[in-house]
Amino acid sequence: MTVAPAPPKPPDPDVLPVGGPLATALVGLGDWTLFSLRAVSGMFHHSFSGREWLRVAVDIGVNSLSVVIVTGLFIGMVLAVQTYNQFHTVGLETSLGAVIHLSVVRELGPVLSSVMLAGRVGGAMAAELATMRVSEQIDALACLGVDPVKHLVAPRFLACLLMIPMLTVFADVAGLVGCTIICLHVYGIDTHHYWEHSRNYVGVWDVFVGVAKAFVLGGVMALIACHRGFHSKAGAAGVGRAATQAFVFAFVSIIVLDFVLSMFANSIHDIVWPDAKSKVM
Amino acid sequence: MADPLIQLRGVSVRFGRQQVLRNLDLAVEPQQTVCVIGESGCGKTVTLKLLVGLLKPTAGDVLFEGRRVSDQSETELTKMRLRMGFLFQQAALFDSLTVFENVAFGLRAKGGFTEADIRTRVRDRLTEVGLTAAAEPKMPAELSGGMRKRVGLARALALDPDVMLYDEPTTGLDPIMTDVINELILRTRGRRPVTSIVVTHELRTVHKVADRVVMLEPLARLTPDEPQVLYDGPPAGLATATDPRVREFVEGDAARRIGAEE
Repeated sequence: MTVAPAPPKPPDPDVLPVGGPLATALVGLGDWTLFSLRAVSGMFHHSFSGREWLRVAVDIGVNSLSVVIVTGLFIGMVLAVQTYNQFHTVGLETSLGAVIHLSVVRELGPVLSSVMLAGRVGGAMAAELATMRVSEQIDALACLGVDPVKHLVAPRFLACLLMIPMLTVFADVAGLVGCTIICLHVYGIDTHHYWEHSRNYVGVWDVFVGVAKAFVLGGVMALIACHRGFHSKAGAAGVGRAATQAFVFAFVSIIVLDFVLSMFANSIHDIVWPDAKSKVM
Repeated sequence: MADPLIQLRGVSVRFGRQQVLRNLDLAVEPQQTVCVIGESGCGKTVTLKLLVGLLKPTAGDVLFEGRRVSDQSETELTKMRLRMGFLFQQAALFDSLTVFENVAFGLRAKGGFTEADIRTRVRDRLTEVGLTAAAEPKMPAELSGGMRKRVGLARALALDPDVMLYDEPTTGLDPIMTDVINELILRTRGRRPVTSIVVTHELRTVHKVADRVVMLEPLARLTPDEPQVLYDGPPAGLATATDPRVREFVEGDAARRIGAEE
């Protein structure tokens, strides 16, 4: 059993005017890193109950499933509607499926799932933990000999790590179904060529990259949301601010990390398969 | 005089630009019941949280059994905390757990108890605070303010602490329930050799449970050279204290202050 770390110490007020927001941001980043390491270590020390993990996992997974599927379905449909005319003009409409499937599997599935869950789950997690902070339940955990970070954050982090990639797979499938419905049944694209192009361009690597991205983005989203909740200020305004910050910080991090991970995945791809054709279409 | 169990030596606490405690000295002997009183913002709750290691002093030392709390490893700090029971101002019951699970929480976290032991201990503690088995399956949201405080007390007592820290245990309660909580503090002290520190605004609590009273003053009302402790002595001496600020607090008389502000 260990104890909770103290909330981050704000920069020295005498130094603050010099570094200003940069000093505050660096202190926050350092504190988040230590907080994250503590949460990750909590996963390996049985610091939380299985029941708590299951409760969070069900809330994240089962209760988000319908939203993720509806979003994925309509994103696939909208992409097909928006791009058909351009492809039709140059006679490449049979490649439409390949382009949209690749976009959904590699980018839109993981990013949209993570962003949506940052709003639905991240905000709720931040508000729940912020309320626990304000009502001194987090202090009470520490007084009872439990590390609050390991006890509260580790199960949420683990649930997001596992559930968001799974939800991404559902979003991918829904996106493909939506795109296929519009392409084949509304615009009447030739079925054989539509699937032929899709098979040629979308491979196991693309699915793997998408799911791996969701794994990272989901984990980071959970840690940001929990960190904001843990360091909430007092009162209803403090809880509201923590929930808002959780979404905004998670959203920006997801977008930035998505770019970094995409670059990284392409570099890995080029190293492992140097002779393969570029996936950029 | 026994060696102090808990000691604050020259403790100062600052949050950003706001200083809450300044050069505070306080020593609490074993089995003593000390009431810490004072206006809102004088640092009473901060003092309690320093003792249990939830906050760290900006300067000075907090000692438990002669050892500096800040020098202790995480394991030692956890062991120290398990020897202290903390009744929070709003009880701080875990929302997602039943009354039974709340009281059993510390026992399960500490480990080494069988389920039968836990059940017996939880029942004993709930009985001790005047609650029956019917309360066990209830969720905290279903409890009144007084019941929440009693469950919080049962949870704090579950591990048989050597030190009990009460943070405004009677705030927000009706006079009858206030007396129930005061009585429970007295009975807790009667049943076990416990050292108690009670932070309160309630003078009935002070006169009923305290061996000693320490009154703190908010730093905003002090000059830089004045000590923060306005009174340190028996409860009976409050009414005859030489410092007019102590008498004003005891009598609830703000006439001088309002006059000064006008």
